[in-house]
Amino acid sequence: MTEMKRNLNHESERIKDVLKAAVPRIAEDAEPRRDLWPDVLRKVDHEPVRVPWFDWALAGGLVALAAAFPTAIPVFLYYM
Amino acid sequence: MPESSKSVLDRFRQGDADAFEALFREQQASVFRWILRIVRDAGTAEDLTVEAFWRIYRAHARFDAARGFEPWARRIATHVALDWLRARKPESEMTPALEATLTVKGAGDPGVQAEIRVKTAEAFTRLPPKLRVAAVLAVVEEQPHKVVAESLGITVTAVKLRVFRALRLLRKDLEQQGIRP
Repeated sequence: MTEMKRNLNHESERIKDVLKAAVPRIAEDAEPRRDLWPDVLRKVDHEPVRVPWFDWALAGGLVALAAAFPTAIPVFLYYM
Repeated sequence: MPESSKSVLDRFRQGDADAFEALFREQQASVFRWILRIVRDAGTAEDLTVEAFWRIYRAHARFDAARGFEPWARRIATHVALDWLRARKPESEMTPALEATLTVKGAGDPGVQAEIRVKTAEAFTRLPPKLRVAAVLAVVEEQPHKVVAESLGITVTAVKLRVFRALRLLRKDLEQQGIRP
């Protein structure tokens, strides 16, 4: 059992070494080649906020529920 | 935490644009580096840094100053990078630029043959994104498991499991190509 564990550890360390040799580390001082602030500002100013599809589905479901069972509205509001 | 930093974080939470810019200036390089570690391409990392800060700005109201800005930003950046990896087809990932980066001459252990390095780099790009991110951060970039876990929103045990599965898949892939590492 111990021998098997030792072999597994050895194999694991070996594949780690191979991976490290194939994929070198990123330099600790790597920085963007340009100032990204103007791009961020442009995106913040112009990109519309996208509402996820499940938010729309949830809203649609609630509207349908309210239309089908109007008496449930006060109950729903009570539990909100 | 200095009073001024706390004040900037509080103002950011309230949606103050100047506070956001101050935080951007302070964290831009570290967020960029974190994304670069995952996607391994500087141009892509720049674009995704912009995307990450946009998501950070949109989520300002959910920011909890007590937990600190850097781990929160790192978590958002990790998800942006992961989304990008998921959206790409594995076979299109080895662009010439990426290949040059991964298998740069003289990089890594000289005891590992160039052919094995290339095959390993290719097999690495075929790993499922969530395993690949855990392996690259924990093994290649030697980031502490706790930091990797926080950035992925999983436990340390789950990170270790993902790394284990990534290495096992990598070994299998290489063995199928007749390479026994």
